[in-house]
Amino acid sequence: MPNAAVRGASEHRADRAFRVLTAACSLVVIALMAGILFELLANSREALGTFGWRFLTSDAWNPGRAEFGAASSVYGTLVSTAIAMLLAVPLSLAVAVYLVEVAHPRLAKFVGGAIELLAAVPSIIYGMWGLFVFATLMQRHIQPVLGERLGFLPLFQGPPMGIGMLTAGLILALMVLPFITAVTRDVLLMVPPVLKESAHGVGATMWEATRGVSLRYGRRGIVGAVFLGFGRALGETMAVTFVIGNSHRISASLFAAGNTIASSLANEFNEASEPIYLSSLFTLALVLFGLTLVFQIAAHFWVARMQRQETGDR
Amino acid sequence: MSMRSKAVLITAALVFALSLTAPAVAVTLNGAGATFPEPIYALWMSKYHDLTKARINYQGIGSSGGIRQIKAKTVDFGGSDAPMKGPDLREAGLIQFPMVVGGVVPIVNIEGVDAGELRLTPDVLADMFAAEITYWNDERIATLNPQIALPDEPITIVHRAEGSGTTWIFTNYLDKISPKWHETIGTGKIVPWPGGVGAKGNPGVANYVQRVDGSIGYVEFAYAVQNDLAYVLLRNSAGEFVSPTIESFQEAAANADWANADGYYLVLTDQPGEGSWPIVGATFILMQKEQDDAATARSLLEFFDWCYTHGGEMAIEKDYVPIPENVANMVRETWKTELACDGKPVW
Repeated sequence: MPNAAVRGASEHRADRAFRVLTAACSLVVIALMAGILFELLANSREALGTFGWRFLTSDAWNPGRAEFGAASSVYGTLVSTAIAMLLAVPLSLAVAVYLVEVAHPRLAKFVGGAIELLAAVPSIIYGMWGLFVFATLMQRHIQPVLGERLGFLPLFQGPPMGIGMLTAGLILALMVLPFITAVTRDVLLMVPPVLKESAHGVGATMWEATRGVSLRYGRRGIVGAVFLGFGRALGETMAVTFVIGNSHRISASLFAAGNTIASSLANEFNEASEPIYLSSLFTLALVLFGLTLVFQIAAHFWVARMQRQETGDR
Repeated sequence: MSMRSKAVLITAALVFALSLTAPAVAVTLNGAGATFPEPIYALWMSKYHDLTKARINYQGIGSSGGIRQIKAKTVDFGGSDAPMKGPDLREAGLIQFPMVVGGVVPIVNIEGVDAGELRLTPDVLADMFAAEITYWNDERIATLNPQIALPDEPITIVHRAEGSGTTWIFTNYLDKISPKWHETIGTGKIVPWPGGVGAKGNPGVANYVQRVDGSIGYVEFAYAVQNDLAYVLLRNSAGEFVSPTIESFQEAAANADWANADGYYLVLTDQPGEGSWPIVGATFILMQKEQDDAATARSLLEFFDWCYTHGGEMAIEKDYVPIPENVANMVRETWKTELACDGKPVW
């Protein structure tokens, strides 16, 4: 480069300053995460010391007698998230494929805008709508039907209350769906048209082209979107607190009330005055932190494995 | 001096001058705690603001929350319906005094059943909340209510999700009248309910009972009235079925022996009297003994003093029983002797 020698020293200084500044910002992020982890660990010490590993397996939650256990909260978090993902993932893939492959461009734009708006709606609105509208719908129409038809499964036994694990899972699905749809749609839009045209050129049907080319090409992005939605569902607080029923019991039935780690923290943090109570809540938070970390790592490995498979395929 | 620095100087001078002439900021005081008295507190605080421009904020987060916040000094006063015992108060460096008395009523959501129609006895009530009676058309409920066509529906219990003084008063009553309850569940701000759903605050319970068919819950009476909920008639210790009214609350509260209560610790459940409502309780204000700012403390006490002397009618309107004048005087004495700022009394 002819001008390199001329720009010389000042360019080096600007470059170095830029490097230092961005490195400092990254360090702040790391420091923040370390700080949070440290606080959680420090405040969990008392509960972990008193209960040990039993804390994770015990479903007791009796503040009066200072007995605490994370099992019911962890169960609730995992089950409500599982319901949400089981429903949201296929639906959002279907909607995204529809928007990209099938719909008329103007309709796709309109629906796409609506999806993005839904993704931006604050979670507490979902919670309020869930309590005021959806719970009544569930109790009067949906749960009785499920109970009648599928009542032989322990999942759908018990009185329909409208509020409970199933309703919470469904609200979470509604919250996560627009999010995954929006990202998946963007991923699918980035598939090079020449690939899709080639598929059609050798006689593939629309479904074969979508499955074989678009979805496969965007695999990594879609998996990433799903895990992002998963992360949101795992930690969602307000929407779940309104409709999950806040009960510290583990029940096989999805109609029963339950709680998630986030909803327990939201409900009880304000008033935990005894040190052991507060420490138990911090330990719950630590467990959630750990769960999120585990799933993040899993996502990372899955995506990395897909990447290796792709390069292997070529 | 350049134009720019002149402009800066003039602006600074103006701002300074304006700040000197700004009107005195009105007093703002913060409290948090029980949702039990929130309806009457909200009314008193609003009227007091109209009169004196002092703003008192109160957040209903539950009695346990109130106790925690006042212990942590994040608020100026805490509200709790579960009174602390004398030794615990002294250990925490707090004083507590009763502000008003109210009634806790069971509320139900059954198709076709209106307020004051369903009759329950203490043991049936306890067994319903202990999940021993699980269907509405159970024989024991049906025999008490032959005139009502009870549905073949399961009973959904609605209780409080967080630590609640209302729960404390309610479970205190159930504990007294049911040996089984005493053994298995007991009294507490938070107890191991056998099932059902938990709601936040008295408003939350009222809300859930409204939404869930076939549910039963318990709220302070003002919430049942506000939300037009179907409250229940209970049989009291004299064997009479009573309705929750200001008169039945007053009759129960008339038994209160405040003079002999250490730290004003007094429980008013299951009180004698032909027309007494069985589930009545006082709600308390908690304050730090050592006040950081004498002026703030004094403003707060002036508000409570006003509530004692002028808030009685408003309380009765909302179906709360006001604290009698002689007890209010006892409380004022307590303020004089117990509250201090830097060694000097604030009242």
